Amino acid sequence: MDGLLDTVAGQRDALDQGDVSSRDLVQRSLDRARDTEGLGLVVGTRSEVALQEADAADARRRAGDGRGALDGVPVLIKDNMVQLGEPAQCASRILERFVSPYDGAMAERLGAAGAVIVGRTNMDEFAMGSSTENSIHGAAHNPWDRTRACGGSSGGAAGAVAASVVGAALGSDTGGSIRQPASFCGVTGIKPTYGRVSRWGLVAFASSLDQIGPFAHTARDCALILEAIAGHDRRDSTSLPEPSPSLASGLTGDVSGLVVGLPREYFELEGADPAVIASVREAVAELERAGAKVREVSLPHTKYGIAAYYLLATAEASSNLARYDGVRYGRRVPSDDLDSMYRNTRSEGFGAEVKRRIVLGTYVLSAGYYDAYYRKAQQVRTLLRRDFDEAFSECDVIATPTSPETAFVLGEKSSDPLKMYLSDVYTVTAPLAGIPGISLPCGDVGGLPVGLQLLGPPLGEATILRVADAYQRLTDHHDRRPGATS
Amino acid sequence: MSKISPEEVEYTARLARLSLSEEETAAMARDLDKILDYVAALQSLDTTGIEPTSHPIPVPTPLRADEAAEPLDPALALSNAPQTDGTAFVVPKVIGTGEES
Repeated sequence: MDGLLDTVAGQRDALDQGDVSSRDLVQRSLDRARDTEGLGLVVGTRSEVALQEADAADARRRAGDGRGALDGVPVLIKDNMVQLGEPAQCASRILERFVSPYDGAMAERLGAAGAVIVGRTNMDEFAMGSSTENSIHGAAHNPWDRTRACGGSSGGAAGAVAASVVGAALGSDTGGSIRQPASFCGVTGIKPTYGRVSRWGLVAFASSLDQIGPFAHTARDCALILEAIAGHDRRDSTSLPEPSPSLASGLTGDVSGLVVGLPREYFELEGADPAVIASVREAVAELERAGAKVREVSLPHTKYGIAAYYLLATAEASSNLARYDGVRYGRRVPSDDLDSMYRNTRSEGFGAEVKRRIVLGTYVLSAGYYDAYYRKAQQVRTLLRRDFDEAFSECDVIATPTSPETAFVLGEKSSDPLKMYLSDVYTVTAPLAGIPGISLPCGDVGGLPVGLQLLGPPLGEATILRVADAYQRLTDHHDRRPGATS
Repeated sequence: MSKISPEEVEYTARLARLSLSEEETAAMARDLDKILDYVAALQSLDTTGIEPTSHPIPVPTPLRADEAAEPLDPALALSNAPQTDGTAFVVPKVIGTGEES
């Protein structure tokens, strides 16, 4: 690619120096989106409006009236985020032809910072999946090897950043849907603390877990985007009262004295690829050489994470997805009576994985099973939170692999839902505990990227971003770009 | 021993307003059985006296002043509806169809 022009910071500098216009950048993103069409990463572009917005950004800049860090920078959002007058389909047949009547908070805030939303990215239907294969648009292909998955559910966003379509894209993370695709695609992605970013305008999947965050090549770029979208929003009742944190200014590169915890349960996991584990250990050694201290910590309830997660997430999803009934928006299958209309609409509108999760969620909430499944999972959630509280009393950040493996081959797990669920083993615990986590590239195995996950205590975004940025100053994994881009 | 029968799957699907074909029901029963078998591991953990977590980072219920705000334009609110009469969502007849529920 043309030098540093696929990072947000690089694009901003080039804009500031007048080397490039926002129109150039937006046009280039639209061209890249078209050239990489075969990878199934971008599911819709708003070319005309985006170019108009780029022109407006260029005019502001000429008038000395720029909006700040992101003014004129092209970005993509996930297909489960709404923007006035634009489709938001959640990769589902049931939201075919839906056009949003309002702006989501993420679109509003990106717009206020001057960013130009150029389109929407592919995902697993309603964010349910770990591979971006459960999509009405077809599977997303990994730019490092098109026979492999991008991860999911925000696979299109991760892949689009990897393939340099844009410098940054927004994803959402419920059980790992930002961090795992970041790992598979060799980009950086952060899931903020629960409540940090407003979800007004994010289509709900599991409301006690969902959180929005950015993908970019670098931790610095993630910090710039997160600063723009974080902060209290009264329209989201789970939004934290804290104002948007200052993040980019805290990227000092200094990790001396910082304590990195290595949870033994994560490194002893049966079935994890030893080459992935070795790569993550080497990344930790790099931080140690830079002055960080490393100590082992324990998260004893880790092995219950997946079970608790899938019980809670499906229960919440079964309730949230009750709204797709063919009445107010989306697809309707005309039927003689109301009940048949609900059933026909939902049965034709939802894909297999979504139906499976709705039925599982309905089952675990139903009379006779509530205590054994749902309440039990909520209690285990308390134990998992306590594990992290305990661990963070002994360390500043926790380092783990993001995924037990590198990108798997498309189709490899799609016939076995449980096998697919198990690939989220390292990522489901952070949303259960509400804590922030970031994945960044730390090496490769057989030409495929490996992700290092750094977890922080609640509201600890500044710390994990500082460590991630410090690591990226010492290494160049984040500078590598994939070859297969069409 | 199977944890969920095809009949239970069908019943639960009905609760969720989903109609499954016979094949779908059988496949889902197989998949859910495996999943329920896996999550049964939680039962081995003693959670007596442990408070359940419903929100990872609880915030007090936010209140706002009870003031009228600009609502969404009704035309926009109806713009995605499959069927309207211009001011309301239209659905098939609810009463007197002779159908259950």
